[in-house]
Amino acid sequence: MLTVEHLAWTLPDGNPILSDISLTAKDGKLVVVTGPNGGGKTSLAKLIAGLRTPTSGRILFNGQDISALDITERAKLGIAYAFQQPVRFKGLTVRDLLEIAAGHPLSEDDLCELLGKVGLCADEYVSRELDSGLSGGEMKRVEIASVLARKAPLCIFDEPEAGIDLWSFARLVETFQDLRATRQSTLLVISHQERILSIADEIIVVAEGRVRQAGPRALILPMLLADESTPRCPLGKERATV
Amino acid sequence: MNHITEQLLGLISDFKGSFQGAFNIREDGQCAGRQSSEHIRITAKSDGNPGLDIHIDAGTQGETVYIPACVTHSDVNDLVYNDFFVGAGADVTIVAGCGVHADNEGEARHNGIHRFFLEEGAHVLYQEKHIGTGSGRLKRIDPITDVYLKENAVLEMDTVQLRGVDISERRTTGKLDRGAKLIVRERILTDGEEYAKTVFDVVLDGEDCSTDVVSRSVAKGQSYQEFISSIHGNNRCTGHSACDAILAEHGRVNAQPALEAAHLDAQLIHEAAIGKIAGEQLLKLQTLGLTAEEAEERIIAGFLK
Repeated sequence: MLTVEHLAWTLPDGNPILSDISLTAKDGKLVVVTGPNGGGKTSLAKLIAGLRTPTSGRILFNGQDISALDITERAKLGIAYAFQQPVRFKGLTVRDLLEIAAGHPLSEDDLCELLGKVGLCADEYVSRELDSGLSGGEMKRVEIASVLARKAPLCIFDEPEAGIDLWSFARLVETFQDLRATRQSTLLVISHQERILSIADEIIVVAEGRVRQAGPRALILPMLLADESTPRCPLGKERATV
Repeated sequence: MNHITEQLLGLISDFKGSFQGAFNIREDGQCAGRQSSEHIRITAKSDGNPGLDIHIDAGTQGETVYIPACVTHSDVNDLVYNDFFVGAGADVTIVAGCGVHADNEGEARHNGIHRFFLEEGAHVLYQEKHIGTGSGRLKRIDPITDVYLKENAVLEMDTVQLRGVDISERRTTGKLDRGAKLIVRERILTDGEEYAKTVFDVVLDGEDCSTDVVSRSVAKGQSYQEFISSIHGNNRCTGHSACDAILAEHGRVNAQPALEAAHLDAQLIHEAAIGKIAGEQLLKLQTLGLTAEEAEERIIAGFLK
């Protein structure tokens, strides 16, 4: 179980990015973090994975305070993180990355299964380099596959839908559902997609660096959808009534 | 052949006690073994210069010829001239690595001057690995390679130098006829106080000929590398060169690409990128369970693969 207590992260210039964030992701649950762009969702994910150091607050994973652990230590404890913007490597192939992620050599069947979950054919991709020869959407799917290869107790996906096609996205939603059904992993997914929100166990809305709403899908999703249907000024100004 | 030569041969070629087919082993300036095959004849030069003439018959298919050179102690300055004459339509592999070993302050040096004459339609894969071993501080390798490709001939050069050579200066020139192709893949890792310089100069004379020169290098420690490439397009042709370099610690790289087009349909491109390992690359591999040091090693190993 992941527990975040009163987490805050402030930039060196004093600008607060996250303030007093508390949340819980129970084992085997699919928790979706949503909210407007720039609200602090990715920062929250990076703090949990150890890519950033919180200003204050605690992060507990299965009861252990991991706040002071570095990225590698958290990864070894079982926290996996899929970057929103996949990283390119000259010289490393898709197979290399997936084998690093798995921690051991992978058979052709293993690779086929992993890449199949993100809509890629292993025969066509395992030898491809992770450089400019792969499109953004292909890189995104390999990135997600690298996290699946970890078989980690906690998988964090930062906007997994970004840049991938409709068919691959549908396959990804199925994969999330399968992972949840088998209780293999707790999933913390940052997403704006209604299709992912609609399979969530819990939804947490983060805006302006704070948790604005949190609760079961049945409670939160209808409010979000109703809110979406009301047009608003992007600057938050009230429309003058005539 | 002494035991250091045997060790060096294992590092620079796939030597496992013997070579199959044609070969010549050069040890401290002397011949330590030679064998020709039915289609590949290796003979000592008759012009008085040290070195070999290697004649590969037209149409020879799938054979490999080994021409390694080893310097096994200090105070050796070996100079050799090897000429490769490859007949029309032949398709062969040439393995010509060089190992230099030194255990004291004296210089151990090898200068290999290789010329390749490929006849029409010939195809050669040329593999050259350089290695330096021992505690001596003056291990030097300075290869010069001159390539002459006739119509539709193809030469693929695959060169590797990973640590251990204190000073190296590689100079490669190419002159291509119609439809010929020169492909170069170079990988260099320098560390400590090592210095490596690479100069490519390719002249694309023939219509529809092409070259693709890709250098990947890593400069660690206090080492310094120079990459100087020139491609001259004198006809309808394509030329591409790329220099990717990773800097670590206090390593330095100087890349100087040059393109010269003397024909309207000459398409010449150069790409160059020099920098440290991207922080995001380290972070990504750390999220997969590697330490920062393991991540750096893995990135460099993949880059130079």
